[in-house]
Amino acid sequence: MRAEIVALGSRVASVLLLATALALLSDAFLTSNNLLNILRQASLTFLIASGVTLVILTAGLDLSIGANVALSACMAAVVMKSTGTIALGVATGLACGTAIGILNGLMVTLLRLPPFISTYGMLWMLHGTTYWYMSGETIYGFPPGFRALGSGYLLGIPVPVYLMAMCLAVGGVFVRYTTFGREIYAIGANKEAARLSGVPVRARLNLVYTLSGAMAGLAAIVYLARLNSAEADIGEPLMLPAIAAVLIGGTSLFGGVGSLSGTLVGALLLALVLNGMNLLNIHSNWQPLVTGVIVLLAATIDLISRRHAEARA
Amino acid sequence: MAELVLFAIVDASFASIPNLLNIGIQSATLMLLALPMTLIIMSEGLDLSMGAVLGLSGIVLATLLARGSTLPLALIAALAVGTMFGVANGVLVVKLGIPPFIATLGTLGIAQGLAVGATGGRSVVGIGDALPALYAGRWIGVPFSIAVAAIAYLTLHFVLYQTPFGTYVFAIGGNREALTLAGVRADAYHIGIYTLGGLMAALGALLLTGRMNAGHPIAAIGMEFDAIAAVIVGGTSFERGNGWLPGTFLGVLTIGVLRNGLNVMAVPSSLQSASIGVLVIVALLLDSRRRRA
Repeated sequence: MRAEIVALGSRVASVLLLATALALLSDAFLTSNNLLNILRQASLTFLIASGVTLVILTAGLDLSIGANVALSACMAAVVMKSTGTIALGVATGLACGTAIGILNGLMVTLLRLPPFISTYGMLWMLHGTTYWYMSGETIYGFPPGFRALGSGYLLGIPVPVYLMAMCLAVGGVFVRYTTFGREIYAIGANKEAARLSGVPVRARLNLVYTLSGAMAGLAAIVYLARLNSAEADIGEPLMLPAIAAVLIGGTSLFGGVGSLSGTLVGALLLALVLNGMNLLNIHSNWQPLVTGVIVLLAATIDLISRRHAEARA
Repeated sequence: MAELVLFAIVDASFASIPNLLNIGIQSATLMLLALPMTLIIMSEGLDLSMGAVLGLSGIVLATLLARGSTLPLALIAALAVGTMFGVANGVLVVKLGIPPFIATLGTLGIAQGLAVGATGGRSVVGIGDALPALYAGRWIGVPFSIAVAAIAYLTLHFVLYQTPFGTYVFAIGGNREALTLAGVRADAYHIGIYTLGGLMAALGALLLTGRMNAGHPIAAIGMEFDAIAAVIVGGTSFERGNGWLPGTFLGVLTIGVLRNGLNVMAVPSSLQSASIGVLVIVALLLDSRRRRA
């Protein structure tokens, strides 16, 4: 527990350090508009990354989330446009994301395929389906009531931030204080030991992948509301940042170690970096480079701290 | 082979000689990626960065050519960039111990960011006549790209089955412990496998740039998926270092025929990717059934 607090503290410190540096480098940084934007950006990343955190806690991986967001957002957009009902569109997006999550879970538990390759195959199936279904079209112009989900404010704070806070609170309690949650950690730490001590491993893995899909569905709704338009390629830049946020947030790739609050700090750190690039006039084309470096750095830190812990044990 | 017959029945233009040659030309780049991917998967690894590295090498090649550099010089530079990424992948996976799919996801981002950032997302055109002339040429009647793919296959086949390096590659995935105990520098060979992946991706960039007559930063995105699909369909397994290079040859042809046949039937390329996704899952499934049986 103490080590966890130290780890989280060092990450919060790096967030503050980065923020101070940006405040010194750019006058535009410390404006309430910019800070709220960073918070909104971090919320969007967190929504996707929170589900991935659960999956990585079980030593699995979900590479299909970006493609999931794209298909779910496009389905939601189509249904909302054709029926004119916000609720139906939202329900479609959530259902689509969840269904993909269930399929991912079944591939891992029922068919026993390695998660990184089965969700990678899923990525391309979803990608192809979305491009085929949209055939180059853009769907745009949604009712204001819906758009408020992504770009609206409540008491001066962006709506996605409330969604993030809610998911963090519910998810945090779920992961830390319920038997379900502890079983997720147990599976990640040692699958065989968890099975022998009576954890229903398959059922929990199914749940985790389903949640990851459902969170991608929710993120798709918020993302759609924010962009006010749906295109087949909207999910492509989302997968790498989500995984980067989880890893830089201290969740170990090898399972069993990590937390949702860590992922939130990771999402904030990432949003700060991207915002900083923006303020310093670095084109967003360079983003994959920066996220790639962050993924590798985070993975290296994970390995070093793991070896450190093993050496002490 | 069943799909060959099927496509031939559905559409007469499929079985024409120009179209069959076309399949070979289109599959050549894929072959260059699938060959090292076979060795990487045999070593219980994965390389998700190949498409992005191919793209970046292509940008280096096209940019140097557009600035008046000679073809050999530009090619050496492109091969150097690809090789550097291969070495980086190898070091991250073998020396640092980062899981291969995460390590190569990171380098994917780096290569793609460099390619898109440096070009602003635009194609590099005006690459001169040397590369198009080379690409359009024939060696003893065989189109250049098919000749390159064939030489690459034969070389790698020889290396894998006739040299100590090949034996070590099988052992890295199968029984690394024994290899190390026998005094073989397993780490160096393991890094060598990933290095080969980067080098071959850059060689693929030569073919793709020649075919497009331009360098495009994201033209090869996702090509690694076709390569992985070809390897898995060809019967190489993620576990225990089971690999079969002739299987990969057939796998590449399968993917090439599938894409071409669907093209002839006017199925959009997006649905082609989706069907290859299904193919991968089915192949994995058959493999895991076979292992359990």
